[in-house]
Amino acid sequence: MNTRGLRSQLKDSVPVTGLCPQAGPYGVQDSLRRGFSSVKNELLPSHPLELSEKNFQLNQDKMNFNTLRNIQGLHAPLKLQMEYRAARQIQRLPFLPSSNLALDTLRGTDDSIGFEDILNDPVLSEIMGDPHIMTEYKLGVL
Amino acid sequence: MALSNVLEPAGSGFNFENSTRNIVLENGSEEGKIKAPKPMKTGTTIAGVVYKDGVVLGADTRATSEEVVADKMCAKIHYIAPNIYCCGAGTAADTEKTTDMLSSNLTIFSMNSGRNPRVVMAVNILQDMLFRYRGMIGAHLILGGVDCTGSHLYTVGPYGSMDKVPYLAMGSGKLPAMGILEDRFKGNMDLEEAKALVSDAIHAGIMSDLGSGNNIDLCVITKEGVDYIRPHRESIYNYKRQAKYKYKPGTTPVLNKTVNQLELVHETVQMMETAGSS
Repeated sequence: MNTRGLRSQLKDSVPVTGLCPQAGPYGVQDSLRRGFSSVKNELLPSHPLELSEKNFQLNQDKMNFNTLRNIQGLHAPLKLQMEYRAARQIQRLPFLPSSNLALDTLRGTDDSIGFEDILNDPVLSEIMGDPHIMTEYKLGVL
Repeated sequence: MALSNVLEPAGSGFNFENSTRNIVLENGSEEGKIKAPKPMKTGTTIAGVVYKDGVVLGADTRATSEEVVADKMCAKIHYIAPNIYCCGAGTAADTEKTTDMLSSNLTIFSMNSGRNPRVVMAVNILQDMLFRYRGMIGAHLILGGVDCTGSHLYTVGPYGSMDKVPYLAMGSGKLPAMGILEDRFKGNMDLEEAKALVSDAIHAGIMSDLGSGNNIDLCVITKEGVDYIRPHRESIYNYKRQAKYKYKPGTTPVLNKTVNQLELVHETVQMMETAGSS
């Protein structure tokens, strides 16, 4: 993990918009599971790590690309980002879990295990989105 | 169960959905604040010493859950690699999971590169992992091992801090243990001396700290191999059950007894095609 670039790249961290949606299975506020709704809950994170975990991979990528740009010039991150973009397009249908193998190999995370591989594995998820709604959302038709 | 409002698949890793609910529960009603359950801590004394041929790690074996001893024979010296072992203090689950993941990562590395992992690699991986979670993972670890560059002893704190020293103690009993280590440590000790020193340091921690107790485990790591001595010294307070707690037959008196005969009214036989035949 590239931590030496952190000092110079702090200003480039990606902010997040809109935390967990408060709607339950019927589209209205699910008071039993989520508590009373408030604007503050949707804007600010309730756990100190929520924001940093949500953006962790993005921030790492940004930092690595910036360091690479400083060392090798603009062409290096450009070429890599093109490859990332291509690898990101290899997905299964929106409601099925994808392995993201090409993306993992590019990032170098295919030979390391972190909490994202152990906890909340999407393959073992108990809830599933409605296939039609998810595909429509992905295609932008919704 | 398909939910109509899920537009994107759920992310993997830690899930913070319940944190709002937990905050509301803890600060909530004035009648009784609902306390979150406390995790099981190891409330430990762990120590390590570098000697002439390698490293000696030691730990006590008590795990506490607030005021109760949750585990009298807890194993606090975790396996990381054939040449690296790690003692863990702090929250028991956090140390277990973190050392497991570290061990898996190092195994993948040695399979990829065909080399034995070095202790600095383990320390770097741990530092990255613990700093990422800003101290929320309560793992205070002592890593010791022998690799191609020599014998090393490191400590990693829960926020990602690291220290490399020839002798160390961590945990709630570290102050008495450090006292013994500071007094009697010298460089290039031999095996028996080092084992006695670590054992006495842990013993001091056990005697002076409520969170440490029961037996002492030792782990000796050298270039040739590992000697995991569990237990090295057993606690003299080994309580055996004084009496049996089972009730004798006849303790509960029988007051009366009624027998109802079930009458066979009607009997039919029906053939069923069971699966597995065709």
